[in-house]
Amino acid sequence: MDIKQTPQSPLSSASTGRSMARASLLDARLLRPAVAGSLLRLAPQAQWKNPVMFVVYLGSMFTTVLLGLALAGHADAPPAFVALVAVTLWLTVLFANFAEALAEGRSRAQAASLRAAKKNVAAKKLRAPRRDAGVELVASTDLRKGDVVLVEAGDTLPGDGEVIDGIASVDESAITGESAPVIRESGGDFSSVTGGTRVLSDWLVVRITTQPGEAFLDRMIAMVEGASRKKTPNEIALTVFLVALTIVFLLACVTLYPFSVYAATASGGSPVSLTVLVALLVCLIPTTIGGLLSAIGVAGMGRLLRANVIATSGRAIEAAGDVDVLLLDKTGTITLGNRQATRFVPAPGVEEGALASAAQLASLADETPEGRSIVVLAKQRFNLRERTVGELKGEFVPFSAQTRMSGVDTGGQRIRKGAADAVRRFVEAQGGAFPEAVSAAVDAVARSGATPLVVVENTRVLGVVELKDIVKGGIRERFAELRRMGIRTVMVTGDNRLTAAAIAAEAGVDDFLAEATPEAKLTLIRREQAAGRLVAMTGDGTNDAPALAQADVAVAMNSGTQAAKEAGNMVDLDSNPTKLIEIVAIGKEMLMTRGALTTFSIANDVAKYFAILPAAFVATYPQLGALNLMHLASPQSAILSAVIFNALIIVALIPLALRGVRYRPDTAEKLLRRNLLVYGLGGLLTPFAGIKLIDLALVALGVA
Amino acid sequence: MTQDLFLLTLLFLALLGAMAWPLGAHMARLFSGTYAWQPRLEAGLLRLLRLNGDDMRWTVYALGVLLFNLIGLLVLYGLQRLQGGLPFNPQGFGAVSADSAFNTAISFVTNTNWQGYAGESTMSHGVQMLGLTVQNFLSAATGIVVAIALMRGFALRAAAGLGNVWLDLLRAVLGVLLPLSLLLALALAGLGVVQSLDAHVTVALHGTPGSTQTLPLGPVASQEAIKLLGTNGGGFFNANSAHPFENPSALTNLLEMLAIFLVPAALCFAFGRLVGDRRQGWTLLAAMTLLFLIMLAVFFAAESSANPLLTALGVDGHAGNLEGKELRFGLAGSSLFAVVTTAASCGAVNAMHDSLMPLAGLVTLLQMQLGEVIFGGVGSGFYGMLLFAVVAVFVAGLMIGRTPEYLGKKIQSFDIRMTMLALLATPLLVLAGTALSVVLPAGLAGPANPGAHGFSEVLYAFSSAANNNGSAFAGLSANTPFYNTLLGLAMWFGRFLVIVPVLALAGSLAAKKAVPVTSGTLRTDTGLFVGLLMGAVLIVGALTYLPALALGPIAEHLTLFGIH
Repeated sequence: MDIKQTPQSPLSSASTGRSMARASLLDARLLRPAVAGSLLRLAPQAQWKNPVMFVVYLGSMFTTVLLGLALAGHADAPPAFVALVAVTLWLTVLFANFAEALAEGRSRAQAASLRAAKKNVAAKKLRAPRRDAGVELVASTDLRKGDVVLVEAGDTLPGDGEVIDGIASVDESAITGESAPVIRESGGDFSSVTGGTRVLSDWLVVRITTQPGEAFLDRMIAMVEGASRKKTPNEIALTVFLVALTIVFLLACVTLYPFSVYAATASGGSPVSLTVLVALLVCLIPTTIGGLLSAIGVAGMGRLLRANVIATSGRAIEAAGDVDVLLLDKTGTITLGNRQATRFVPAPGVEEGALASAAQLASLADETPEGRSIVVLAKQRFNLRERTVGELKGEFVPFSAQTRMSGVDTGGQRIRKGAADAVRRFVEAQGGAFPEAVSAAVDAVARSGATPLVVVENTRVLGVVELKDIVKGGIRERFAELRRMGIRTVMVTGDNRLTAAAIAAEAGVDDFLAEATPEAKLTLIRREQAAGRLVAMTGDGTNDAPALAQADVAVAMNSGTQAAKEAGNMVDLDSNPTKLIEIVAIGKEMLMTRGALTTFSIANDVAKYFAILPAAFVATYPQLGALNLMHLASPQSAILSAVIFNALIIVALIPLALRGVRYRPDTAEKLLRRNLLVYGLGGLLTPFAGIKLIDLALVALGVA
Repeated sequence: MTQDLFLLTLLFLALLGAMAWPLGAHMARLFSGTYAWQPRLEAGLLRLLRLNGDDMRWTVYALGVLLFNLIGLLVLYGLQRLQGGLPFNPQGFGAVSADSAFNTAISFVTNTNWQGYAGESTMSHGVQMLGLTVQNFLSAATGIVVAIALMRGFALRAAAGLGNVWLDLLRAVLGVLLPLSLLLALALAGLGVVQSLDAHVTVALHGTPGSTQTLPLGPVASQEAIKLLGTNGGGFFNANSAHPFENPSALTNLLEMLAIFLVPAALCFAFGRLVGDRRQGWTLLAAMTLLFLIMLAVFFAAESSANPLLTALGVDGHAGNLEGKELRFGLAGSSLFAVVTTAASCGAVNAMHDSLMPLAGLVTLLQMQLGEVIFGGVGSGFYGMLLFAVVAVFVAGLMIGRTPEYLGKKIQSFDIRMTMLALLATPLLVLAGTALSVVLPAGLAGPANPGAHGFSEVLYAFSSAANNNGSAFAGLSANTPFYNTLLGLAMWFGRFLVIVPVLALAGSLAAKKAVPVTSGTLRTDTGLFVGLLMGAVLIVGALTYLPALALGPIAEHLTLFGIH
């Protein structure tokens, strides 16, 4: 039996970033830099990155030139009108800049609160990888990958690294929000340490594993900031789509000038003015989504940070929305972190109390949660007092990989507990026999999905202790939800098939992988991927690294090893495996927000046509006034209303872009129907009302 | 009147379904090569023609398509220029002018069949048969193989190639178009369409001694069949299907309309079978049919209203707008034909489109501008509709929070790039071409009418050419070097700037693995998707062309009826 120690993971994520995250959208601390940022982004090289808004940018400049010409007496349209259009177009550009700056500011603030943990500290750099090699003091930022440092009680870890010597308790609350210190030691699954955490006792020799500025948090912060933010695959595809739409409308508007010249010659009127053409163009191109696109991506990363997950690639966040299969570790995710003793099954002729007593003795020095639960159960059932190994004058026999048993030697009695086959070998090696009845009990316990531990005193088998996995409350409903979303859950466990099947049935997962080895996990992921599915998993151990590297969305637990974190593409600071479900929702929300705003943006165009076309051709074909469905006051107020609506809608939708369209677990069909109704039909109707209202306001203000 | 149309449409759609269903099944088998007799016969044919039958990557496939059409173009141009010295020229026609030959060669190679010339007074029987009719087959076959290649893109999984272009062309011509044309030609000839190699007959006019009439003859029925089945539309006579020798009766009229929609409808069924999900084919067909019915309803509503200018002159308007109609077919037969021919990129006409009411003219214009996807040209309508399906899936897919996928294939940035490239090509050609024509003096010389109607004429010409329809609004004097050249370029690029990206898309899709369907997958076989697809077609089309349409038919309509 594999009694693997699993670090306790907090189910509710208390964290340092929360207070910041809850800060209102209109927090002055965020607004002021965002306003400054939106002005800074007026530089052409910043605008060029967003092709849709770049067209608006050029349009703003063009109308400004037209204004200059109008003031100089070459009026294309009344100067006051040209001025208003030019101002509105500049505002459109600024609003889009503002959205991006605000999203960046929020995510940066989020990251900064995490980064605060990463102070620039003095590091004790060792000349050789030994504790006594002699230290020199250097700044943590001067450390390079591969440097070895000594960290002693009270020191802050200068960077992420791997423990190569020593054992110490470390306060990781700055990163995880979990106040209980954790033990870090060389070798095994607990050898990774994170920069910014503090050693509370003893000492560690740590090999630094990241270049300064490359640590996870730094990578995430860099991803949020404009400079190194790469567009995700879906964002690229959407940009292509939006650029194509922009080209279509550019064509429609540019060719409209010769068309109207022809029409004007024939009808004796005058052609459309250039100011109106630019206004029409800006209204038609998808500025709403174009202006908010990068804000949506940045906000998505911000939401992930708020969930205390650090992503090291934007691609992974997007892939999370596409996940088809979730590989979930049984322990800690589906069941409470540990098995608990629930029942004593004595062998024939053995008192249950005697079994309980022996089991308790064998577990006294066993600090694993399973061991503790046996002690507790014995105390509850038979009121057996806890004894210490010292008072028994016995000797504790720890669990080892060879014997696969633990127990105690006291007064000639050798009491052991362990897996059935280990105990059988122990008994038979001493010439004893393993009773049939106990075998049957072992099988019965295993069949029920629990783990049987057999207790033996010398050669006498006393009976079976049933250790049961406690399935987390509410997990069954979560899986049903996932199934509705089209996501299959696969439980991964080291347990045998019988046990695994029983728990799988109880938890309601779709499938399970029993007796899982790292290779079996890797094979399973490859098989799912070969069938075209996207696989997400969580992992913490070094042996999970190959599977993590293979999975499409790989969330490493912060409590896990450095190797695991390097192999994954996200790190969960809370080390909460259930977080995967939240990550999937965040990925989906990001895509949904983009889709919803794209639909909204395109649907808006219908109303804008009805506002602008009759106004634009009033001098050519006055009869086109029949298309003025909204009865806008004058041609100028119609065009201004459309442009102003177009600018204001960006501001109005900033909260939605930052918050994201809420994802509700449901079938694709229902989601689509709802979003089409809200953003499609809504997008069709909203501008009719909006433009009319602005027109009324303009008339009331006497502007047009 | 409305009842006539209703019954005629019902009969038309029922017969269409009954004929397209088995044809679709046949095409699916034919192009998968699953008939028992196929392997040996095809291997023999390829050996005979010294062609390589290997599976081709999309680039090679596209190169094959281009090469095949380029050769066709050169041959057809050569035939026209050398017409004077070629056989089967009883009328003794000389060489066709360089610009007209260029325009006509492109026109027939691209399945547009725009005719700047008058057939009976320009082309010899030899050129009609060897050049034009041959290209009628080959251009239709080109459309079919591109559509089949795109279907394979969805059907194949992680495949390097799209099939063999030579083999597919052979299958399309010999296995689909030739047998169908033979049947239809015999039926039409039996119903009174002329078929002869004589020049013309001169007959004495009954009752007026001394005066005679020249009746043109020619191999009409054989060309008529493929003209319709291949959605070519290039008439033997200038009057096209309004000519009694091309379309003598109500029965032939029905048969001709059915022939236009037959292969485009059958391709939907073939698609459903090839991708292993017949509902997918039905979905596309449903979207096409509904769009068609909407267009027909608007068209008929406009045509059954009286023209106020004529009523003012005392003409009885109760029968609707009969100006420019063949009374043999009446309002219903003419309306259905006009909507069918512009929905499919056929371009055969049995009425004068220049005389349509403005809003009916708008319907014919819009159907072409939507990219000829409502049934559309043979093959091209199908792949055009699939491009819109990709767009619909892309936007809708994002809205449900997944990377969009269609039939299990993820739609990624390369696919969107190709899709949008193909969808951008025709608006660019239509709008830029029209803009040039209404600015340059050579272009301004074309339109017969001033103002909004003249604008509609030019817009119609470019919409028809770039979308490979080939029908004409008439009224525009297009047989000039300026229009021959500009429209020729619009036809060529309108054809191949779509085909190449479509094949690239097919190649990219074929190379992908398929994503399994779950309840989180966007379903593309539901009523909701039909609506979404129709929305994508209408919104993209309308948003692109609304300003231009406002200055043409919409302004005309408002002026005509005095609406302000």
